[in-house]
Amino acid sequence: MELTLWTYEGPPHVGAMRIASSMKDLHYILHAPQGDTYADLLFTMIERRGKRPPVTYTTFQARDLGGDTAELVKRNISESVERFKPKALLVGESCTAELIQDQPGALAKGMGFDIPIVNLELPAYSKKENWGASETFYQLIRTLLKEAANEKSKISPQRWKELGRRPKVNLLGPTLLGFRCRDDVIEIQRILSEQGIDTNVVSPLNSSPDDIKRLIDADLNICLYLEIAEASCEWLKRNFGMEYTTTIPIGIENTINFINEVHNKLDLPLTNKEELENKSKLPWYSKSVDSNYLTGKRVFIFGDGTHAIAAAKIAKEELGFEVVGLGTYSREMARKVRGIAKDLDLEALITNNYLEVEDAIKKTSPELVLGTQMERHSAKRLGIPCAVISTPMHVQDVPARYSPQMGWEGANVIFDDWVHPLMMGLEEHLIDMFKHDFEFVDGHQSHLGHTAVKSQNHEDKNKTENIESGVNEIIWTDSGKAELTKVPFFVRGKVKTNTEKYALSKGLAEISDETLYDAKAFFS
Amino acid sequence: MNKVEFYKETGPREVFCGLTSIVWLHRRMPDAFFLVVGSRTCAHLIQSAAGVMIFAEPRFGTAILEEKDLAGLADAHEELDKVVNDLIARRPEIKTLFLVGSCPSEVIKLDLATVAEKLNKRFLGRVQFLNYSGSGIETTFTQGEDGALKALIPLMESTDEEKLLIVGTIANNVEDRFKKIFKNIGINNVESFPPRQSTDLPKIGTNTKVLLTQPYLSDTVRDLQHRGCEILYAPFPLGIEGSTKWLLAAAEAFKIPALKVHEVIAPLANRARQAMESHKKILKGKNLFLLPESQLEISLARFLHNECEMNLIEVGTPYLNKELMEEELNLLPENTKIVEGQHVENQLDRVRESQPDLVVCGMGLANPLEAEGIHTKWSIEMVFSPIHGIDQAADLAGLFSRPLKRNQILTTKTLATHK
Repeated sequence: MELTLWTYEGPPHVGAMRIASSMKDLHYILHAPQGDTYADLLFTMIERRGKRPPVTYTTFQARDLGGDTAELVKRNISESVERFKPKALLVGESCTAELIQDQPGALAKGMGFDIPIVNLELPAYSKKENWGASETFYQLIRTLLKEAANEKSKISPQRWKELGRRPKVNLLGPTLLGFRCRDDVIEIQRILSEQGIDTNVVSPLNSSPDDIKRLIDADLNICLYLEIAEASCEWLKRNFGMEYTTTIPIGIENTINFINEVHNKLDLPLTNKEELENKSKLPWYSKSVDSNYLTGKRVFIFGDGTHAIAAAKIAKEELGFEVVGLGTYSREMARKVRGIAKDLDLEALITNNYLEVEDAIKKTSPELVLGTQMERHSAKRLGIPCAVISTPMHVQDVPARYSPQMGWEGANVIFDDWVHPLMMGLEEHLIDMFKHDFEFVDGHQSHLGHTAVKSQNHEDKNKTENIESGVNEIIWTDSGKAELTKVPFFVRGKVKTNTEKYALSKGLAEISDETLYDAKAFFS
Repeated sequence: MNKVEFYKETGPREVFCGLTSIVWLHRRMPDAFFLVVGSRTCAHLIQSAAGVMIFAEPRFGTAILEEKDLAGLADAHEELDKVVNDLIARRPEIKTLFLVGSCPSEVIKLDLATVAEKLNKRFLGRVQFLNYSGSGIETTFTQGEDGALKALIPLMESTDEEKLLIVGTIANNVEDRFKKIFKNIGINNVESFPPRQSTDLPKIGTNTKVLLTQPYLSDTVRDLQHRGCEILYAPFPLGIEGSTKWLLAAAEAFKIPALKVHEVIAPLANRARQAMESHKKILKGKNLFLLPESQLEISLARFLHNECEMNLIEVGTPYLNKELMEEELNLLPENTKIVEGQHVENQLDRVRESQPDLVVCGMGLANPLEAEGIHTKWSIEMVFSPIHGIDQAADLAGLFSRPLKRNQILTTKTLATHK
């Protein structure tokens, strides 16, 4: 048993939901009690999706447990197939259903539907969300390509030459609730098409079961997110001989490495090497003199495996920071992260406990934290600037504007997102020069918005404490004062002014709690 | 009872489970900690519903069952012991610790009552341990509070003193208002349950008259009756009408003439009516469809119809306790369609067919309905906002008028929705 106040990853069936919700023509029957539907709001609220996740929850109750929950499962399967007419069906269980062992997958397979059915076994008491997403994607591909796999045709990444067409690749791994996947996919397709490489299928995001059947039309797989797609890429390699790339194109060097890897695997000559140097502004921005001040800034990095590893490389080699801490919550990627940490003379922090991460941040006293939304909150409490580099997703991580992490534009976004929370170079220099001047406000840190907010709250508090000194000479009675303190601080000033305005207009000498409510009603 | 139409529906549901009520219970009792004994799903549910990240450390958490805990039960008890010890060491200010059962802990029949009993002996005088179930197989959303309150009742001492006990979590400022109004009416001995401190429990007995602020407290009511308390049946204090009748029920029990109540609340009601005008203009004549979730649906329907003149297409409710709801049902217009339970797909079909002007629903459904051009108000806001009492009637109406008003303001009528 493990005490958890907050967790970086949800249960594995939420990972399966990420695959199902990312795709079209797919439906997920989830044997689960009421309440598990909370997961829908991750998609409809955080991602602002205008579509419900394609998930039917069987909604069993305590009174069903003595009876026939299997019948309930079957009824939900029939109804869902009838209503949604999916081209493939995922069937699985949430944590509670796993305990009652109804085997919904086996039940579904026995019902005589002529669509592919994927029986998902996602152990809820030992695995987590990313593993569940990876396993679901893998099982789906396996089911849909099982017959083709038996034909044992090998796919050479160079076959495009014989077939007399441009090379074609698949982009695997982008999902809903994945960090900036929506934009990464656009950026990578743009880079590939500049090189004369076509995209065959992007999956799971916006793909269908039919698209998955077409995966083997490509010459090469691009594994964009190891957490989600590595297992699938491995299976496609084992069964079809399909090669896949392992370089994650985040940062300048890795974007170039990625382009090289793709070209090497496809045996496609890279003709515009020099051009690549100027595709992103990051190298010049990093070289420009203002960035001198970034040199040796101490950064602490924590996130999923893919983004934490990428961040460590960019921080050290492309921005000239000093990495003072590196960690991940992705146990599946622990070995890789440990390796990178070792190269940096660090010991990797592998944990799912945000309090341990906060402690590590405190101990290393960094000048910048690159983490998840949770580290953003921890850093805020510690007064350290922070940029978010990884899931778990927050509504802020789905920006309206185009903001990938991958490729050239990704590098631009990263430069801005990581450097802006820091005090700008010239500004830091000036403050150092002028800090003894009387105009200088102690603790001035324009880059830390929250510090400014804090002092404002403080002012508000002072204001209400000095209620008596109101300029209008209206007396606030004890009940009035007490009522005013109950008003949230951010509107308290307005309520006070309005109430006084109201009292003046009515010629009242004092303000009681009732006056406050009278005024509220008057102005509403 | 008048002629409302009742229907029952079963099928897939789109509602929260009882664990969600921890989100407001922990705020009401800042000296209590809520420890869910459950799975990663439970932890993820609560953090998704509660915005946990804003706290340095929240006063709720989950002891996550792992594979090794499922192998043998004795083991699970020991493990839970360890988690509790760590927690108490870390948070010495905690006075009451609720062990909250979940779907998996109920299915494996983890005996939290026995665990709580043992812990009570060990931590005697320092921390009190209670248990209840917030599992989705037994409870819906707000019902979790029913379980938590029921668990507190055995700790309440007995008294013969005559008092009014208002039962159900309400915002602190609303509670203060109610107490003031009761005082003005002439009822001076008024206490609240749950209290603001978990250790500051009111005493109860045969001269305790219970007035409910929330409609989801069936089990709590039963146990209070067993302790001799008298339950005052009334509509719930939402809107002017509900709040007035609610106050009148208390006055009648304390033999205070109705005239006195009307005298006290007349100015309040007048200004509330005035404040409601702008909202009523927007809501009047609009068609309303309530999906089941918070259990407040029937009271809200009554308020929105009787005081805001909305038309009721369908009123969903997770479950129906006709005894507690009788006074509310009597106030509903004839032929109101009340649907108990849910088949979410069929219900959404009915929403689409009837094309209501406003749908009250959970957060999982709100944006998808908006994308179809149907305006929504998410129901979870009702349990986080101060909406009770005459003084809040306009605010309550405002929760429903805002989405409609917003639609009038936004000039882009055909928003390209991200589907």
